[in-house]
Amino acid sequence: MRILVCVKRVPAPGARINVTVDGQAVDAAHLGFTTSPHEECAVEEAVRLTEIHGGQVTVMTLGPTEAEEQLRYAASVGAHHFVLIPIDEVDWDPQRTAAALSEAIAEVEITDGAFDLILFGNESADAGGFQVGVRVANRLDRPVVNGIKGIEVGGDASTDLSTGVVSARREIDGGFEVYELPMPAVLGVKEGLNLPRYPTMKGRLASKKAVIATDQRTADVGGQERVRLHRPVEQISETVILGTGADAAPAVVDLLEELGVLS
Amino acid sequence: MSDFPTRANVVVIGAGIVGNCIVGHLARLGWNDLVLLDKGPLPNPGGSTGHASNFIFPVDHNKEMALLGEQSANQFRDMNMSVDSGGIEVARTPERMHELTRRMTSAMAWGIEAHMLTPAEVKELVPFINADVILGGFYCPTVSVVDSLETGTIMRREAIETVGCQVFANTEVLDIETAEGEGGITTVKAVVTDKGTVEANYVVVACGVWSNRIANMAGATIPLVPTVHQMADVGPMDVLAETNNEIGYPIVRDMDTFCYERQSSGSMEVGSYGHRPILHHPDEIPSNAEAALSPTEMPFTPDDFDDQMESAIELMDMLGDAEIKYAINGLLSLTPDTMPCLGETTEVRNLWSAAAVWVKEGPGMAQVVAEWMTHGYPRVIDVHGADISRFYDEERTDEHIWSRADESFNKTYGIVHPAEQWEGRRNLAVGPYFSRQQDLEAMFFQARTWERPQWYGSNADLVERYDLSEREVEWDNRWWSPITTGEHLNMREHCGVVDLSAFQIYELTGPGAIEYAERLAVNKVDVAVGRSVYTPWLTPDGGFHSDLTMMRLGEDSMRIVTGVFDGGRDEFWTRRHMPTDGSVTFANITRQLTTLGLWGPNAPAVLSELTGQDLSQDGSPYGSIIDTEVAGLPVQLFRISYVGDTGWEIYTAWDNGPALWDALMETGADLGIRPTGGGVYGSSGRLEKGYRLMGAELESEYNPLEAGLARPKLKAADFIGREAYQAAREAGDPEVLMCTLTVENQTDGQGRDRHMMGGNEPILDADGHRIVDSHGRCSRVTSAGYGPSVAKHLLMSYLPRELAVPGTDLQVMYMNELYPVKVASTGAVFDPDDNRMKA
Repeated sequence: MRILVCVKRVPAPGARINVTVDGQAVDAAHLGFTTSPHEECAVEEAVRLTEIHGGQVTVMTLGPTEAEEQLRYAASVGAHHFVLIPIDEVDWDPQRTAAALSEAIAEVEITDGAFDLILFGNESADAGGFQVGVRVANRLDRPVVNGIKGIEVGGDASTDLSTGVVSARREIDGGFEVYELPMPAVLGVKEGLNLPRYPTMKGRLASKKAVIATDQRTADVGGQERVRLHRPVEQISETVILGTGADAAPAVVDLLEELGVLS
Repeated sequence: MSDFPTRANVVVIGAGIVGNCIVGHLARLGWNDLVLLDKGPLPNPGGSTGHASNFIFPVDHNKEMALLGEQSANQFRDMNMSVDSGGIEVARTPERMHELTRRMTSAMAWGIEAHMLTPAEVKELVPFINADVILGGFYCPTVSVVDSLETGTIMRREAIETVGCQVFANTEVLDIETAEGEGGITTVKAVVTDKGTVEANYVVVACGVWSNRIANMAGATIPLVPTVHQMADVGPMDVLAETNNEIGYPIVRDMDTFCYERQSSGSMEVGSYGHRPILHHPDEIPSNAEAALSPTEMPFTPDDFDDQMESAIELMDMLGDAEIKYAINGLLSLTPDTMPCLGETTEVRNLWSAAAVWVKEGPGMAQVVAEWMTHGYPRVIDVHGADISRFYDEERTDEHIWSRADESFNKTYGIVHPAEQWEGRRNLAVGPYFSRQQDLEAMFFQARTWERPQWYGSNADLVERYDLSEREVEWDNRWWSPITTGEHLNMREHCGVVDLSAFQIYELTGPGAIEYAERLAVNKVDVAVGRSVYTPWLTPDGGFHSDLTMMRLGEDSMRIVTGVFDGGRDEFWTRRHMPTDGSVTFANITRQLTTLGLWGPNAPAVLSELTGQDLSQDGSPYGSIIDTEVAGLPVQLFRISYVGDTGWEIYTAWDNGPALWDALMETGADLGIRPTGGGVYGSSGRLEKGYRLMGAELESEYNPLEAGLARPKLKAADFIGREAYQAAREAGDPEVLMCTLTVENQTDGQGRDRHMMGGNEPILDADGHRIVDSHGRCSRVTSAGYGPSVAKHLLMSYLPRELAVPGTDLQVMYMNELYPVKVASTGAVFDPDDNRMKA
């Protein structure tokens, strides 16, 4: 089984996210970087599927050269091949990103064959555009479903998946929907799909030897333009200790009345 | 907030292990009206305490660190916040095995149970270790794991419950205000926070990695830098989980890879001091809100940790398949000399520092600071090495702090020789003879900031002349040269010139100068003009604070001369106790005067060719200071000797130094004069005479009676520590006495000649038992070195009076082997009647 996962390097912020003075980016002075959480689940799912069905996982990212760190992280948890599409800017808009990714994917597929499955995170943790996966699927003319929290592929390692079907599950109010897509297909997955493993020490050390292919791409800017980022007014939540032991009872009653729980 | 106080007696900033324990100890000592602040939430406000690995290895070569570590471990135990996990330092190299024998020696000194283990014995205790990569281990069963956050909570609650300490979490300090206090002294006034401003009589900075930034707000410095210590938590592993315990196996310190492996329930914490030094400015530390984890748990940089991972897997294969669940670049504090910063800041009165303290020493050092604030000096232990006033200005700059932290970080688990020199930040302070000394191939040792020649390469011919040789074992020979012995013997035979430019020299002047000088000194210093007095200064409890020379230079003028290691502390002590009525003026004239020591039987002959001054004992009596000329240069001749031969300390203006040097060297050439280094002045010459050294023999835990420095009569004038000193005198004979011992056989088990270094090697009785007095003070080597003129290796140690008898046979432990020693004297072993000095 050939699976591609597209990931994005994003800041790992604390409670307060600062933006740079020009308002164009998250101020990363104090921050570490990580893979968008949805995409971490996508990598985990891909590794699990290949553990069952055999095959290889390729991880691709478009981002600054430092995004190599996220590819090596994917290597440390079991992915096999890695492609970095380096950009000089902090971020590209979704159209441009999708165009570059589609072209890069197509090029890989020319030599290595089509991916049975391409996984995206439902949305990136920073920009949250919800677009790139759908746009790539459209450009590659493949079916796509977003919001996926369960994936099943029939058969085992001996099954020929080239004409297979992937079953994808999406939560809705009061139940779930199941989509069956002919492969090759594209899925946008959500956190909760699985519990991603941590890298082992040996995995981390092995990841240093992973070969990362660099694929220089250009693409036309899409129609989306970032005006500026604003930090929203902080939500200050304060804990008030009403008292301890029996002395606290009147205050608790007052509060419950105020909230309308007691009348 | 309306309940934020506007006034308090003491404000403690920082609610980590240190701040919490300080309010607890202050409450126990009777303080009240206390306020404790932290910018973070409780119980874990986000400082280094929150991510500490919380283990205590009690054995340390350094006495302060060992005894305060023990003190802290006992406080944790008393609160039931401690489990003895045991701990093993494993060795992968022969050098480390040698170092572990040194650890055994220190363990014996401090009375800590310890055993050397074979690799197989290590594996019995830690079954998952790879015994093939180690040569052995040093096992200490009382290594403990503590709960520092809960301990802090207990101490804080005690202060709340007993004296009503007010605690404010999530309260950020924005400024510390100062005011001109009595005598125009900058004094702390108030702490400005985002909850309001609180005026305070005392402010204690216990802010860990932020301490310098907070002190800077008041114009003070606490020289430390936040430094990364990487740590990864890996697991789970069945063998650990099956212990059903936070810690079921001994902690392993893999000393040669600078890593440790410490079980934490089902996981293993792998910590490292082996990665590149990563230092941060406090402004680079995120706020609690900005931090992904906590401010001091900074984003992990895995590339820096990879080598440590490989080492860890090599030692414990199971770690390789364990998942890295949590990994941080944890911050801790490093100082320019690796020791903590305790005591009142020198710049701002009543602003105290309790910083650069790790969890393992936290409660003990908090007690130190609380006692210091209460009694004027700590009681639990002498802390001259941690006293924040030890730093000179050059040591308080970011450039210096960063350079030293960068150099010392990888030595955290390193094998550090007692005489090891720093590589960076040298030549910060040099004497006027520096270029001449470089030409003479001087080997410079740095004393805090000052460069002092330890020996001169140009004297290499003396090795042959006196038939000397290198020491047999490299460790004993490191940072030592037989040239030192040659210089010593040459001085005893002819004469030597010693550069004493690093002397720290102060002057007290004004109508109150002499009265104030009397208040500082044990011995009467209100003597005739032109006379000097060698005297201790005591702490209020009657122990040594200082040991120096005071010179009466005029009716209202007193010069103070002290050693470079003590200059910072002595200057601060002098200024701190000075009357504020303007009757005394203090001046530091260190860089105005330079001093050369000229000693040896030919010293009078050399000097007589350069001066018309009568140099006889009548014309220049011992202890006198005479203004005269030497080689046409105005000088002061101070007849004194710290090396046991007749001669003078010659003081002259800094700029005249080179001319004086040249005149002495030229004139003395035919009389055997040689430049002579600190190896003679500070070690061999002094040891043969049994002269005590501040910080070695002399500490606040000992008094002048015990040190053998008590005068027959107590002076009439009052002085700091008088009451305690008088009580000690009236109590009769002291329990211990400072002695010089000779090593009777230096041959080790391998037939090699060994040389003790004076690194707290324990003195043991004939049966090999520790010698401990009723105060818990153990007999240990305070100084050691070869005495060339007595042809014996000499040791100094306090001994109980019944053992302080010449001829008594005892033993010394060195590198975990025993050597026979004999008590030689409570005074000098060379020329005990001082005939040579008075010749």
